[in-house]
Amino acid sequence: MDYRIAIIGDAESVVGFMAVGFSVFPADDEETASRTLFKIARENYAVIYITEDLAKKMPEAIARYKDVPIPAVIVIPGRRGSDGYGLFNVKKSVERAVGADILFKD
Amino acid sequence: MAEIRVNPTRMEMKKLSARLTTARRGHKLLKDKRDELMKKFLDTVRLNKELREQVESKLAEVHASLSIASSVTSRKMMTEALMIPGRQGTLKVSYRSAMNVKLPVYDFDMGGGGKSGCNYGFAFTSGELDSAVAELAELLPSLVRLAELEKSAQMLAEEIEKTRRRVNALEYIMIPQYERGIASIRMKLDENERSNTVRLMKVKDMAVKREIDAAKKRDA
Repeated sequence: MDYRIAIIGDAESVVGFMAVGFSVFPADDEETASRTLFKIARENYAVIYITEDLAKKMPEAIARYKDVPIPAVIVIPGRRGSDGYGLFNVKKSVERAVGADILFKD
Repeated sequence: MAEIRVNPTRMEMKKLSARLTTARRGHKLLKDKRDELMKKFLDTVRLNKELREQVESKLAEVHASLSIASSVTSRKMMTEALMIPGRQGTLKVSYRSAMNVKLPVYDFDMGGGGKSGCNYGFAFTSGELDSAVAELAELLPSLVRLAELEKSAQMLAEEIEKTRRRVNALEYIMIPQYERGIASIRMKLDENERSNTVRLMKVKDMAVKREIDAAKKRDA
């Protein structure tokens, strides 16, 4: 089965991704974003990128999809650049698996 | 802690010790599984971290190029240019299995046009937009790979958590429970045996005493 890739974020950050074949869902606040996420997670999107600014405000919505194989919800930095929230998520999953943070000691 | 209440019979003891053996074997297996998963997880997550750092810095460049592009092209023009190709990328998802955990493998095809080909009209757009899109297209494989790694890490983390719970449940609850159950049955059985011996000795004493008394009476 063929899946597609979606990206959710503020319009300015995501418009460019149209050119590479992503489905773009502009969202200006977390409410729109989480509603969009719930909606498209049921459709055939296997990977959903979401910008950091929005992701930070809706951790519960994203956590829902942590344990299911599809879709993968991946946080990427938006236009305003990264503030480490994406890496913070990686760190979280290390803590979950190992019980302690052993990768990002600094 | 809840004890196992069973009849103190040899039959029950045998059953319990069979369960104990199974539990021990399961515990060992699960422990091995956990260790192996952990190894895989750490490899994955290390790659994930590196790739994420790379992708994040590259993406910042792409965003910079895009904003330059949007400053030289009117916003309307740009949206139009990007939208018109109507590219619909397709993503093929297959799975590989690691210790029976399904890990996704993605294969993304942008659909239409070449790998970095801009399939919009060049007439109203600037060269900056072209190069920004080309940069983005170049970054794409890493971006997809990042999704793959990050999802794999999440799935592995979940499985490790589950396995660890099972290992701990076996190690600290089930196995000690069986051991205590077996010990208590053994004690009960030993106790029964001792009381039986004592009873037999007592009966024998009585019988001997009766014999002696009878002998004495005959002699008298």
